[in-house]
Amino acid sequence: MAASTTTGDFKVIGTRPIRPDGVDKVTGRAKFGADYAFPGMLHGKVLRSPHAHAIIKSIKIDKALKLPGVKAIVTSKDLPQAENKLEQSGELTVNPRHLSMNILAHDKVLYDGHAIAAVAATSPHIAEEALRLIEVEYEVLPPVMTVDAAMRPGAPILLKDLRNNEEGDKPTNVAQHFQFKRGDVAAGFKAADYVIEREFNTAMVHQGYIEPHNAVGIYNSDGQATIYCSTQGAFDVRSLSAHVLGMPVGKIKVVPAEIGGGFGGKTTIYLEPLSVLLSKKTGAPVKLVMSRSEVLRASGPTPGSKIKVKMGATSDGKLVAAEIWMAYEAGAFPGSPVAAGALCIIAPYTVENFQIDAYDVVVNRPKTNAYRAPGTTQAAFASETVIDELAEKCGIDPIDFRINNGVKEGSPQIMGPPFKRIGFIQTCEAIKNSPHYKSKLTGKFRGRGVASGFWFNAGMQSSAMVNIHTDGTASVVTGSPDIGGSRASMAMIAAEVLGMPMTDVRPITADTDSIGHTDVTAGSRVTFATGMAVYEAAKDAVRQLIERAAKVWEKKPDEVEFRDGMLHAKGNGVPPMSIKQLAPRFPRTGGPITGRASVNPRGVGPGFATTVVDVEVDPDTGKVQVLRCTIAQDAGKAIHPSYVEGQMQGGTAQGIGWALNEEYFYDDKGTLRNSSFLDYRIPTCLDLPMIETIIVEEANPGHPLGVRGVGEVSIVPPVAAVANAIYRAVGVRMTQTPMSPPRLLKAILKHRGAAQHSAAAD
Amino acid sequence: MHAIDYEAPTTLAQAVSILKAHGENARPFCGGTDIIVQLRAGVRRTEHLVDVKKIKELQTLFFDAKQGLRLGAAVPCIEISESDVMRRYYPGLTEAAHLIGSLQIQNRASVGGNLCNGSPAADTTPALIALGARARVVGPNGEREVPVEAFVVSPGRTVLKPGELLVELLVPAPAPHSSDAYLRFIPRNEMDIAVVGVGASLTLDGDKVKAARIALGAVAATPILAAKAADAIIGKKLDDAALEAAGHAASDACSPIDDMRGTAEFRLHIAAVLTRRVLSIAAERAKKN
Ligand SMILES: Cc1cc2nc3c(=O)[nH]c(=O)nc-3n(C[C@H](O)[C@H](O)[C@H](O)COP(=O)(O)OP(=O)(O)OC[C@H]3O[C@@H](n4cnc5c(N)ncnc54)[C@H](O)[C@@H]3O)c2cc1C
Repeated sequence: MAASTTTGDFKVIGTRPIRPDGVDKVTGRAKFGADYAFPGMLHGKVLRSPHAHAIIKSIKIDKALKLPGVKAIVTSKDLPQAENKLEQSGELTVNPRHLSMNILAHDKVLYDGHAIAAVAATSPHIAEEALRLIEVEYEVLPPVMTVDAAMRPGAPILLKDLRNNEEGDKPTNVAQHFQFKRGDVAAGFKAADYVIEREFNTAMVHQGYIEPHNAVGIYNSDGQATIYCSTQGAFDVRSLSAHVLGMPVGKIKVVPAEIGGGFGGKTTIYLEPLSVLLSKKTGAPVKLVMSRSEVLRASGPTPGSKIKVKMGATSDGKLVAAEIWMAYEAGAFPGSPVAAGALCIIAPYTVENFQIDAYDVVVNRPKTNAYRAPGTTQAAFASETVIDELAEKCGIDPIDFRINNGVKEGSPQIMGPPFKRIGFIQTCEAIKNSPHYKSKLTGKFRGRGVASGFWFNAGMQSSAMVNIHTDGTASVVTGSPDIGGSRASMAMIAAEVLGMPMTDVRPITADTDSIGHTDVTAGSRVTFATGMAVYEAAKDAVRQLIERAAKVWEKKPDEVEFRDGMLHAKGNGVPPMSIKQLAPRFPRTGGPITGRASVNPRGVGPGFATTVVDVEVDPDTGKVQVLRCTIAQDAGKAIHPSYVEGQMQGGTAQGIGWALNEEYFYDDKGTLRNSSFLDYRIPTCLDLPMIETIIVEEANPGHPLGVRGVGEVSIVPPVAAVANAIYRAVGVRMTQTPMSPPRLLKAILKHRGAAQHSAAAD
Repeated sequence: MHAIDYEAPTTLAQAVSILKAHGENARPFCGGTDIIVQLRAGVRRTEHLVDVKKIKELQTLFFDAKQGLRLGAAVPCIEISESDVMRRYYPGLTEAAHLIGSLQIQNRASVGGNLCNGSPAADTTPALIALGARARVVGPNGEREVPVEAFVVSPGRTVLKPGELLVELLVPAPAPHSSDAYLRFIPRNEMDIAVVGVGASLTLDGDKVKAARIALGAVAATPILAAKAADAIIGKKLDDAALEAAGHAASDACSPIDDMRGTAEFRLHIAAVLTRRVLSIAAERAKKN
C-alpha cells in the first residue's frame, strides 16, 4: 500500500531487484575490515582503563616490551598535541583535542574502557599477554555517572578546561546550554484546559551493530599512510585521523571495507590512528580488531537522558503550550545530540508557545556518537507519551489528535521557516486506515499504542562518476560506504537515467583517492545526496553520449535525442542507435565517456513516521511481548522499496529493543557490567513480530526524483508507542527506559496497591 | 589467549590419571560452551584441557523403569530433548536441557558441564535437584556419590577435587502419578541466562500431593533445594492457597542479589510466581501418569 505523489514513468526505480553486493555477502566473499591481511602484518591490542574516573600517575611499558613477539607500544606520548577548537566533520562537530584524548587517554581516564596504550605483536595472543605486563598507576577519583550527578553543585569535574556559554570562567560539566522558544508560554498554559507534566529518564543504549570496529594501518617510509577499515565515512576517517596524527589529509588514503552495520556508530575513529602509529613504529602493517566487550565499553553509544515535559491542550484537542527541559549524557567529552533532540521533540506539531532548554553534559561514560536520528528517540519518548495522555484527557483518538495538531506544508518549523511539502499527516492517515489499526485488539492485558516521529535528514557533499564501458554497460563510482543497500539504489538511479537494465550497472564504493570528497553515510543522506550526484553524473554521461552520436551522424547535438536507452536523430529516417552500438565508436569520437557530478544539495526533505504497536503484558512478571507492529513512513520516493522497508523495520526493531530491555548497566564504581550481547539485550527474532510497513510517497520537491532520506526516523516512535501500548494494557504510564520486567513489574504492583488502597477507602 | 594443551582420553582411568598428573593446572572439557568462553574472556585460566567426550561411561543415556535414569555427564542436551524416554519420564529435566542457549549450543552443551560449571543460574541443575538426582564422581581415590543439591558450593565452584571427574547423574525412577516441570524467567524469549529458574517434581495421591521437591536457581549463591516450599503442599490439595503458600516459602528460601539481570526484589517476586506456575504444570502432568 503506497500513497504516492511521486509521478514519473519509471522502469527501474520502484522495482525490487537483487542487491549487487548480495552474492558476495551470502557466499562469505565480501571483505569486511577484519578480513584484510598483508604479508608481515602485526596484530594490535588496546589496554583499557578498569576505572571510570582516575588520574594516570604513570605508565610503565618496559616489561611488556620485553615479551618475545612484542614489536611496539604506543601511549598518548606518541600523539602530537591536537588543537583545542571546534571543527565540522560531516555531521559531527569535532574538537581534535578531545578526539585525541579519546583515542588514548592523556593524563586522565574518563570511563571504564578508555584506551590507555596499544601494543603491536606478532600474534593477537602475544599482544593480549603483553597488555597484562603494562603497569599503570592510577589515582582513582569518584565517578560521575548521571546528568543529575554531573550538574550538581560541587560535582567532581571531568575536564578541567571545559567552560560553557553561560558560566564564565567556571569549571563545569555542562558543555553547552541551548534554548529554543516562540510565543508566550505562560499565556499558552493559561489557555490550556489540560496540562500534563512528567519527568522521563532514558538509559544509554548502543547501536548494536554486529561487526566490531577494526583497522589495518600501513605507514610507508615516504610518509604516506593507508588505512583499511569498516566505516560509514572514509573521508571522515581520513580527516579525523589527520587531526589526531598531525598528518596532512593528502598523505592518508582510507579504503572503506564492507561494513557490518554502523547506525551512526561508525562515523568516528577509534583504532585507525593507532594502527598507523604502530605501523610507523614497526614498519609493518598493523591490524586491530575490537572484541564485543570493547565495542560496548569504548565505542560511541547514544546518550541516556533526563527530560521534563510540560504540555497543555485545550479541551477540543489543540496543543497550546510546551515547556521542556532536557539534559543528555554526552559521555566523557562534549557533543551529545541534545540540540537535535530539542529541535525534534515537538517538531511534528504546531505549538504556538514553547520554550525548550537543552543541556549537553559530560559524565564518566564513553563519548557518545550518532545513533539513527541522534537524540530524537529519547525526546519522542517523552513528548509522545505526554501527547498520548493529553489525547486521552481530551477524549480524542490518539491518531486524530496528532492529525489535528500535525504540521503540513507551510507550518512553521521549530527554527521558524515554513516546511515545504511534507508527509506527516499522510503517515498518520496511513496508520489510521491500516488493517492493523482497524483490527480489534482483544484479550486480557493487551494494549495498543501509537506514536509519531520527525527527523531532519541531511544533505551534505557527495561525488559520483558514471563510466560507460567499451561494451556499453556502466559502472557507478561513489564515496558512500553502503550500509543499507545503497549500492542497489545508486545502480538503479544510473540505470534509470541511462535506460539500461540495472544488471548492466556495477556500483562500487571507492577509496578516498579514487573519487571526489564525499561526506559520511549518515543522516539518511546517501540515496538523497549521493543519489542526486549519481543522477547528475548519469545525465552528464547522457550529454556526452548525445554529442558522440551527433558526431557519428554528423549532426549537431541538439539534433539528437536520448530516449529509453536509445539515441535518436531528429527528423530523417536514421535508425536509432543503442549505447552498446555507440560504445565501440568512443575511441574515434573523443575517447572514453565518464559522467561526473559533485553536489552539496540544499533541498533536504525531512522524514516523518507513525507507528502502532500491540503488546501483551504478563502482569505477574512485567514481561512485555510485542504482538503486532506497523509503521508508516514518508520516503518521498522509494527507489528500492524493499530496502526502504528494511530501514523501516530495522529502526523499529532497534526502537523496540530500546523500549524493552537495552541499557548500559553500570555498578556504583562506574564499571560496565553488561558488556556482552548476553546481558546487553537486543531483541532476538523471537522477541519481534514481523514488522508491517506502509511506504508513504510525498515527493520531496528538493530532489529530482522526489527522494527523502529513510534511514533514521523509523527508530523515533517505537519507544513511546510501546509505552503507550503498555498503558492501555495494564494502566501504568512508564517514564523510564528500558521498560524491563523488573521496572514494569514494580510499577504494576504499585498501581495495583494504589488501586486496592483506593478501593478499600471507598 | 595463551596456548593450552589438549588431550582426549578414551577411558575413565586415563582421564583420572591425566587430571591427577596436572592437578590444579588441568580441567575437564566437554561441550566447551562454558569453558572456552571463560578461557577466552580470561575469567578462568588452565594449561591443559582434558576432553571427556570420548569416554563411554560419560555418553550413556539409559533408562530402566525400576532403577531410573543413568545420564552420562557428556551426553549433549540435544540428545536429551530428542529422546522419547526423557520426554516421557522426565519432561522437566528435558525442558531445562532444551532451554540451554540455542540449537547450536545444545548440540555441544552437556548437563554434566552445566552442573560442573557451578553457575547458580544453570538451567538443568534445579531440574536435577527436584528429581532427587545424585552425581557419581570418580577420582584418584575411587568413587563417590553426591546429591546434586550439595554439588555446587559457591558460584563457579563445586565439590570436585583436582583429579576428580563427574561420570554420570543417577536419577530415581518416577513413582506412579508423578511428574516434573521446569520454568525459568528471562527478559527476552531466548539467549538469556535465567533471572530465576524453578524446577519441581511431585507425586499425587488422589487430589492430594504425596511427595514433592522444589528447587530454585539464580536466587542464591548456588542452586537451592527449597524444602519448606515442598512442605507447604505435601499432604494438601494443590489449590490456590497451597500454591500461594508454596510460592511464599520458595521466595523465603531465596537470598538473591541485585545485578544486571534483575533486582533482588524482582527475583523474590518471580520465585513465587514461577513456583506456582511450575507446580501447576507438574501436577497436570502427574495426573496423566
Ligand atoms: C550462547 C550460550 C548460551 C547459553 N545459554 C545457556 C542457558 O540458557 N542456560 C544455561 O544453563 N547455560 C547456558 N549456557 C552455558 C553452557 O552452555 C551450559 O552451562 C552447558 O551446559 C555447559 O556444558 P558444556 O558441555 O559445554 O560444558 P564445558 O564448557 O565443557 O564445561 C563446563 C565446566 O564443567 C567442567 N566439566 C565439564 N565436564 C565435566 C566432567 N565430566 N567432570 C568434571 N568437570 C567437568 C569444565 O571443566 C568446565 O569448568 C550458554 C552458553 C552459551 C555460549
